[in-house]
Amino acid sequence: MKAEELRSKLQELQELALRENIDIGADINRLADKLAGGDETAWRRVELARHQDRPTALQYIDLMSDRYLELHGDRTFGDDPALVGGIATIGGVHFTFLGHQKGHNMKENLHRNYGMAHPEGYRKALRLARQAERFRRPILTIIDTSGAFPGLASEERGIGEAIARNLREFSVLRTPIICVVVGEGGSGGALGIGVGDRVYMLENSVYSVISPEGFASILLRDAKKAQQAAGLMKMTAPDLKGFGIIDDIIPEPVGGAQSDHQQIAGRVRQTVLAAYQELARKRPDQLLRDRSARLLSLGRFTEKPVGRQSSLLSRLFGGGS
Amino acid sequence: MSPGRYFRKVLRAVSRDKMKQGRRALRMDDRRYVATKHSCPSCGKPVDDGDLAVNLFVCPHCGHHYRISALERIKTLMDGGEISEFSADVQPVNPIDFPEYTEKLRQAQEKTGIDEAITTGVGRIEGRQAAFALMSFKFLGGSMGSVVGERLARAMLYAADQAMPCIIFTASGGARMQEGIFSLMQMAKTSHTAALLAEAGQPLIVVLTDPTTGGVTASFAMLGDITLAEPNALIGFAGPRVIEGTIRQKLPAGFQRAEFQKDKGFVDAVVPRSELRSTLAYLIDVHSRGGAKP
Ligand SMILES: [Zn+2]
Repeated sequence: MKAEELRSKLQELQELALRENIDIGADINRLADKLAGGDETAWRRVELARHQDRPTALQYIDLMSDRYLELHGDRTFGDDPALVGGIATIGGVHFTFLGHQKGHNMKENLHRNYGMAHPEGYRKALRLARQAERFRRPILTIIDTSGAFPGLASEERGIGEAIARNLREFSVLRTPIICVVVGEGGSGGALGIGVGDRVYMLENSVYSVISPEGFASILLRDAKKAQQAAGLMKMTAPDLKGFGIIDDIIPEPVGGAQSDHQQIAGRVRQTVLAAYQELARKRPDQLLRDRSARLLSLGRFTEKPVGRQSSLLSRLFGGGS
Repeated sequence: MSPGRYFRKVLRAVSRDKMKQGRRALRMDDRRYVATKHSCPSCGKPVDDGDLAVNLFVCPHCGHHYRISALERIKTLMDGGEISEFSADVQPVNPIDFPEYTEKLRQAQEKTGIDEAITTGVGRIEGRQAAFALMSFKFLGGSMGSVVGERLARAMLYAADQAMPCIIFTASGGARMQEGIFSLMQMAKTSHTAALLAEAGQPLIVVLTDPTTGGVTASFAMLGDITLAEPNALIGFAGPRVIEGTIRQKLPAGFQRAEFQKDKGFVDAVVPRSELRSTLAYLIDVHSRGGAKP
C-alpha cells in the first residue's frame, strides 16, 4: 500500500473511532504522525490543542476532584473570568488550582474572553498562590491560553507587571507547584501561571513563545505560513520533552482529548497525584533549591572553557537545557 | 541551611569564577563620531553627529532621546566611559536549529560591533560601584534569547554576592523568537534571579529606555525596586500595532509612553539622560550600607 493510501485509511479510522467513541489502539495517532511530515504533525497538534470540544480547566477540576470551590477576585480591581482559581480536593489532597478558562461556544468564549486573561487574572492567581503557601496547599495550574489579552485596559492596568511579578513570586513560593499544559501554552500569558516544580504537557498540546500565526507574520513575513511556522517553532510536547523543558507527556485518548473527557481527566489526575507524592517528600528548602536549579539551567549557549569549572558550576550554568 | 544561605554560597563560587574568566575592559571607539550631519528623527532639524555624542545622544533642538547601544551608554554614563565586562564568554548557539539564525547572528555582530543584545559588567558612576546590564536595541531588536537571559542572571547573582546594586538598562522588542521556547523561558530565569537578588537584600534598579516591550516587559524590566524611564520611551507588553489590531481603532497619543506609565503607576520617575548620572549615584548611595553619604 502506498503511504498516501495508508494515510487516508488511517484518517478514516481515526474519524470512525471519534464518531463511534471506540478505542482503536493508542498507536494509531503516532502512526499517523510518522506518516505525516513534521510541519503537518505540528499543525495538526495546534488544531487539536485549539479544539473547541477539549475539556476546559474547570471541567478538568470537576472531573478530577472529589469536591471543589471556585474563589473569585484579585481584591484590587475585579474578577477575571478568563483565569479561574480555587480549592479542589483531589484524591484526598487539598490543592489550590489555577487555570486559564476557555469556552466551548461563542457565548461562553465572549464571557471567558477566549481564555485571554487581564492583569487582574494574574493578580488573582498570585493571591490564591500565596494563600496556598500559607495554608500549605500544593498548587495545580492548568495552562490553556493563546496569550494574555493584548488590549487597552490590559496595558493600562499593567499586564507586563502582573505576569512578571507572578514569575518572580512563583519561583520562590514555599509549596509544591505542578503545571499541566492541556491545550495552548501561548507565550507570557501561559508562563504567568507556568513556573513550577513539575511541568507536563498533554500529547496534543503546544507551548511556544508566540502563536504560529504571529511567528509566520514576523519571521516568515506571511501570516498564512502558520502551518510551516508550527513546524519550525518546535512547539509540540515531544519537542519540549526533547529540550528538557517539560518533565513528561500525558498521552491523550485516540483522536484527541476531546473524544473522552473522563479518560484524559483520569490520566491528568494520576500524573498530578504521582508528582505530588514525589514533591511532598521534599522539605521546603530542598523543593526551592531544586526549583531554582531548574530555572537557572534554562537556556542554551556556549561558553569557552577558561580555566577549570567545578561540577557545581557546570550543573547550574553549563548550558544544558 | 536556609535557601538564602545556600544560594549565597553557590553564588559566591559562581561569580568569583566568572569574573576571573570573562573580564575585559570595554569602551567605545570615538572615531565613529565624526562631524557629519543628519536630520533629527523627531523634529527634523539638522544635527551634527559629533555634537550629538557630546550631548549624550539627545537632540540639541528638541530634546529627543536617541536610541543608543550598550557601548554608547557606557561612554556617556560610566566613569571613564568604560566598564569591566563579564560573561563575555557566554555566546549564542542555534538551539532549535532555526534556518539562517546563525548567519543572522553573525551579520548582526558585524553590523553593530557588539556581540549580543546585552552587555554586562561592573562599572562606576561618580565613584560608586554597581553591576550593570545594558541592552542594545540595534542588535536584533534587543531580543532576549539564552545569552541575554544568562548574562542578566549572572549580573544579578554577581550583585547579590558582591553586595552591590544591579542596574539594568532595558531596550527590547521582546523575546528572541528564533530561539523558540528557550527565549520564552528566559523570562522565568531572569525573574527568578530578581527574586534571589531581593533575598540577598540588594536593590534592582531598572531604567526603561525606548522601546521596552514584550517578554522583557513581562519579566525583569517590571521587577525593579526602583523603576526609572527615559522621556517618551515606549513601554508596554503588547506592541501598539497589536493592540490597534485587537481594538480596531487608533491608540490615544502618548499611550504606553514613559510619562503614561508613570501616571498609571508603573514607573517611579521619568529621568532625562542629563540627570541619570547624578540620580543613579544618589540611588546607589541610598542603598549602600550606612545610607546616603552627606
Ligand atoms: Zn530633534
